[in-house]
Amino acid sequence: MPDTITQPDERGHWGRYGGRFVPETLMAPLEELTDAYNEARDDESFQKEFSSLLLNYSGRPTPLFYASRLTEHARGARIYLKREDLSHTGSHKINNALGQVLLARRMGKSRVIAETGAGQHGVATATVCALFGLKCVVYMGTEDMRRQQLNVFRMQLLGAEVREVDNGSRTLKDAINEALRDWVTNVSDTYYLLGSALGPHPYPLMVRNFQSVIGRETRAQVLEREGRLPDCLIACVGGGSNSIGLFYPFLSDATVRMIGVEAGGRGKELGQHAARFLQSGGGKPGVLQGTMSYVLQDEHGQIASTHSISAGLDYPSIGPEHAFLHDLRRVEYVSASDEEALASFQTLSQLEGIIPALESAHAVAHALKVAREMSSSQILIINLSGRGDKDVNTVQESLESD
Amino acid sequence: MSRIAEVFSQLKREGRRGLIPFLTAGDPDLETTYHLLIEIARAGASVIELGVPFSDPVADGPTIQRASERALRHRFGIAEILDVVAEFRKKSETPVMLFSYFNPLLQFGIEHLGREASVAGVDGVLVTDLVPEEAVEFSQKMKTHDLDMIFLVAPTSTDARLHMVAERSSGFIYAVSRAGVTGARTEISSEAEHLVSRVRRFSPLPVAVGFGISNAQQVAEVWRYADAAVVGSALVSEIEKLSGSPDLVQHVGEFVRHLFPHEADEM
Repeated sequence: MPDTITQPDERGHWGRYGGRFVPETLMAPLEELTDAYNEARDDESFQKEFSSLLLNYSGRPTPLFYASRLTEHARGARIYLKREDLSHTGSHKINNALGQVLLARRMGKSRVIAETGAGQHGVATATVCALFGLKCVVYMGTEDMRRQQLNVFRMQLLGAEVREVDNGSRTLKDAINEALRDWVTNVSDTYYLLGSALGPHPYPLMVRNFQSVIGRETRAQVLEREGRLPDCLIACVGGGSNSIGLFYPFLSDATVRMIGVEAGGRGKELGQHAARFLQSGGGKPGVLQGTMSYVLQDEHGQIASTHSISAGLDYPSIGPEHAFLHDLRRVEYVSASDEEALASFQTLSQLEGIIPALESAHAVAHALKVAREMSSSQILIINLSGRGDKDVNTVQESLESD
Repeated sequence: MSRIAEVFSQLKREGRRGLIPFLTAGDPDLETTYHLLIEIARAGASVIELGVPFSDPVADGPTIQRASERALRHRFGIAEILDVVAEFRKKSETPVMLFSYFNPLLQFGIEHLGREASVAGVDGVLVTDLVPEEAVEFSQKMKTHDLDMIFLVAPTSTDARLHMVAERSSGFIYAVSRAGVTGARTEISSEAEHLVSRVRRFSPLPVAVGFGISNAQQVAEVWRYADAAVVGSALVSEIEKLSGSPDLVQHVGEFVRHLFPHEADEM
C-alpha cells in the first residue's frame, strides 16, 4: 500500500489542507468518531464484516470491462470501464455507506443522517439503514429533488425521511449545511453518514479508505488481464470519493497518470461551473464545511453558486486530499462541460449499451480526448461511478430544448 | 488591559453582570448598523458582538441565516465592516468583538485583519468554526495586535478541551448553552450551568453564556452563575421585524434596555 505521500497527520491535514473547521460542539464527537474508526480499522472482525457485505450484499467485485467499441471509436488507447454502476443501488456510494453504517452500529447510534446531491448517496444510506433497521433522515436541496425525483422516491420507499432544503443554492452544499445543523443539535444519538471525501477529519480519510476497494480491485484485475499497470486512470470529481477511491491504490505507481474531471458546466465565469481547479475560475484555498481545500468563492470569501447538469458534481469545494494532490501535481484536474457530458452520455449508451450517470459521463467525455492521443498498446481505465437511470429525464429535457 | 478585560473587571468590582448583544453587520444595511451600535452601547451593552455575514452559516439557526442573507445582498467585505466600527469608536468606548466564520477572515488576510481591526477599534475576535487546534497562527496574529481571542466551549467539550480553550483564550470564554444552532428558546438548558462550573475549574476568565437567551428572565437566570449573557437571535429577530421602519434603532435600544433584569422588574 502506498503510505508515504498520502497519509494525513493525526488531525487530518494533507499539507495545508484538511483539518477540522467546525463549531466546538462537534469537536468531541469528531474525536470520538476518529477513535472508533481507528479501532474498527484495526479490528479484523470489522474488516471481515465489511468485506462480506461488499461481496454478498453489494455484489463486489465489480467487473473491469474492456470497452471494445468505445476503444474503436476513440482509435487510441485500450479503454476499460470499472463498473461501479453495477454495484447494489447503482453507484460506488454503497461502499462508503456500508463501511460507515457498520461504524454507526459499533458506536451505538440509533439515528443516521446524510446529505445527498444526485441522490445516489442518499439512496445508499437509506439502503444500509433499511438493512440494519436504523432510523434514517436524508437532507436534499429542492433543486436536486426536482432533477432527481426518482431517487427521492427510492429513498422514501426504503423507509427514509427526505427533508427538503430550500435555502442557498438548494443543492448539495446546502444539504450538507442542514445535515451539519442537525448533527450539532442531535449529536448524542445521531451518526452523520457523510457521503464524500469531504468535511472535517476523519471523514476525508475514512471515506477514501472505504472507497479504495475500487482501486484495489482495479489494480488486481488489470494486472491479471493485461499483465501490467494501466497508463491512465480517469474519474469524475465532485467531492471526490469515487476518484480518490480509484486513484489511491495507484498513487505510488509513478507511471500511472491520473486525471480528475470536474464539472465545466456552461462557462468559465464564477457561478457557471463547479471546476474548483479551473484557472481564473474563482477557486482558491479556503474553508468550507469543516475542511480547508479549494473553494469557489468571491473576493470577500463568500461561497459562490455553482452550476452543473449533474447534481453530484455541483459543489463549490472538493475533498482536501485532492487539493493536496493537485498542488503536488500528482493528479491532473481538468473539466468537461455540460454539453460534452451529454454527448458522451449518448455515446456510451449507443456504443456499449451502458447508460452512465451524468457524473460519470464527464469522465467518459475527457477520456475520449485523452485516449485519442494514446497508442493502441496503452491502457486507459475510466471509473464508471454510477448508472444513468436517474438522469434520463434530465437528459431528455436537455435534448428536447436544444 | 484590553477594553474587554477592563469592562469585566469593572463589572466584578461593582458586583454586576454583563449583557452582550449580537447583531449582524449590514442587516438591514451598514449605515443602520452604525446607528444600532451607538444605540445598543447607550442602552448599556457590556460588549457588542458584531456578526460578519457568511453565505454558509452552519452554526446558525434560521433567524441569523436570514440576517446574513439580507446583509450579503449589499456585497460588502470586512473592510467596510471595520469602517463602521471605526466610526462607532469615535463615539463610544463599548468593546466590540467580531463574530465570524473563518473563510471571510482568511480571504481578507489574517495579518491584514489583525492590523486593520486593531486600528478600527475592534477588541476581540470569535471565529465560530475555528477551534483552538486550528487557530494557532490566527491567535498569534490577533494577539500581536492586542485583540482578544474568544473561543467557544460546549456541553460536549471534554475536560481536555476545556483545558486547551482556557489556556488559549483571553477576554472571556463563551459557553454555548446547549448542543445546537443559534436561536431563541423558551427555556435555557440546565447544561449551561454545569458547563460554566466546569469551565471555572480551568480558567479564571469571565464566562459568558449564549445560544437561546431572549428575555430578561433568562438573562437573570444566566446571571446567577455566569458573568454575562449573550442575546443574539432574539435581537436579530427584532431588527428583522422592524427592518425599514424609522423607529428601528430606537426600538432596538428599548429592546436591549428591557433585557436587563432590573428593568423588567420595574415594568
